[in-house]
Amino acid sequence: MTFALEIKDLKKVYAGGTEALKGISLNVKEGDFYALLGPNGAGKSSTIGIIGTLVTKTSGSVKIFDADIDNNVAIAKSMLGVVSQEINFSQFEKVLHIVTTQAGFYGIKKSIAEPKVEEMLKRLGLWDKRNDQARTLSGGYKRRLMIAKALIHDPKLLILDEPTAGVDIELRREMWSFLKEINENGTTIILTTHYLEEAEQLCRNIGIIDHGEIVADTSMKDLLSRLDVQGFVMDLDKPLDKEPTVEGFELKLEDSSTLVAAVNKDKSINSLFDELNKLGIKVKSMRNESNRLEELFIEMIKKK
Amino acid sequence: MKHENNINISVTLWTLASKEVRRFMRIWVQTLVPPAVTMSLYFVIFGSLIGPNIKPEVTDGFAYVQYMIPGLIMMSVITNSYANVVSSFYSVKFQKSIEELLISPMPNWTILLGFIIGGVCRGVLVGIIVFCVSLFFYPDFEIANPLLTVIVLFLTSILFSLMGFINAVYADSFDDISVIPTFVLTPLIYLGGVFYSINMLPDFWRSVSQVNPMLYVVNTFREGMLGTSDVSITFSLSMIILFIISFSVLSLYLLKRGTGIRE
Ligand SMILES: Nc1ncnc2c1ncn2[C@@H]1O[C@H](COP(=O)(O)OP(=O)(O)OP(=O)(O)O)[C@@H](O)[C@H]1O
Ligand SMILES: [Mg+2]
Repeated sequence: MTFALEIKDLKKVYAGGTEALKGISLNVKEGDFYALLGPNGAGKSSTIGIIGTLVTKTSGSVKIFDADIDNNVAIAKSMLGVVSQEINFSQFEKVLHIVTTQAGFYGIKKSIAEPKVEEMLKRLGLWDKRNDQARTLSGGYKRRLMIAKALIHDPKLLILDEPTAGVDIELRREMWSFLKEINENGTTIILTTHYLEEAEQLCRNIGIIDHGEIVADTSMKDLLSRLDVQGFVMDLDKPLDKEPTVEGFELKLEDSSTLVAAVNKDKSINSLFDELNKLGIKVKSMRNESNRLEELFIEMIKKK
Repeated sequence: MKHENNINISVTLWTLASKEVRRFMRIWVQTLVPPAVTMSLYFVIFGSLIGPNIKPEVTDGFAYVQYMIPGLIMMSVITNSYANVVSSFYSVKFQKSIEELLISPMPNWTILLGFIIGGVCRGVLVGIIVFCVSLFFYPDFEIANPLLTVIVLFLTSILFSLMGFINAVYADSFDDISVIPTFVLTPLIYLGGVFYSINMLPDFWRSVSQVNPMLYVVNTFREGMLGTSDVSITFSLSMIILFIISFSVLSLYLLKRGTGIRE
């Protein structure tokens, strides 16, 4: 099997002494859509920095499609595109120029780069802004520019460090479908995010990193199947003094007119409503109890 | 056309070098006009007003304005080559757009060369501008040794571009990029025989001047333009080349280690 990315025993100690990575190992298969999750300061950006050689590693190895970043760095880099967490283009240059120059740094001749740049800017909705100075773009468009830059040399592996942070819902959905499309066309994608919903929507596999260590590396499906209990929050039309008892469901009163039910995945909530009906309890409205994945995530990080 | 692992190196180099040239051309009011203005003032004040009253031994027998021309050209070439690379590379670092280079498969020597070409283009262009300005004040100027003049012009701007690069690598703030030009380069240039021949100095000060590297650069250039020099040309040229090699090696080493650019 070909791996798009192979990381072995990667360690990073920053000059100040911070141990950002404590020896992580990670494999991402070719064609995968992989999410790297973790709280602030977990080591996500450090990992990505090392892969793109923007940060020096303390020890360990990184291979991109079998090309080692120590011995075969030019090949490795030509297959990699990175969208950094922080803006890294010159604010005073024009959009068109920034992307064309980036193509040039990959050795793409101007005559070949020009039509590619045009196509990329059109796809990302940046074509109308091609002659604008980068600093005048709104945050969301700056993100798009970062993506255009990272994709201009058709990398086989694209890594995005929180691409949708601070991006509005509409643009986020647009970006999702854009990323799905390029993944379907064969580009392996790794992204970091704090939005679990994003990982759930997009990714097939997921790694969770915390305090510089991998605490989980599994498929999305597997992770979701661990969530066997769902919580529902119900608003009642009349206040209750005490929570009712219904066989097979764990019920709790959050306040006198809010009832929380923990429901096992194999149970239907229809029977819960039937029972509540019999008790004369009317439910005005119902919603999912916060994000289930989020809870699992917090639990996994606490466990260590 | 050189290829390294299927990457078209000449395209990467051309991209970076032309970006660097475009940068100083775009801000020509800050980069190309000031040397023309300052040097005109020097020519007016020292060349035309004070110059005629200066004793000929100060200038090895040349008219003062004529003697000043190579010195002032060198002064502009040195400061502009240095300034171009130090400010360009520092601002690329500061804005993080250096990541655009580091993420690409460009080898380090191409990155270095790209910035040096930018510095050399600005240095040489400013040198030509100042020479043109000087012709207003001394229209009959004839270059004694054009080949030597051109060689020294290029070597000097390569040398000081490299020094600007090293300065920028170590710089952590905007202060750091102005300290060396202000407190080291400028004094050394002013005392390096731009305005006078060290032969007019008392023995002690003449010996002190001889440890000033600028003296060699300025005088080698003067040998090219006027055919007169206070120092040995072979010695100076070999020193300039030696320093170019040492600073290139140092710059490549710093790039490889990632000093100041990779955490
Ligand atoms: N340049 C640096 N110098 C010193 N320490 C650093 C540097 N960059 C990051 N760190 C430290 O390394 C650890 C990991 O940081 P990193 O940026 O990789 O986390 P992250 O997972 O990307 O976090 P976030 O979700 O906030 O982006 C943190 O403790 C951070 O303070
Ligand atoms: Mg980060």
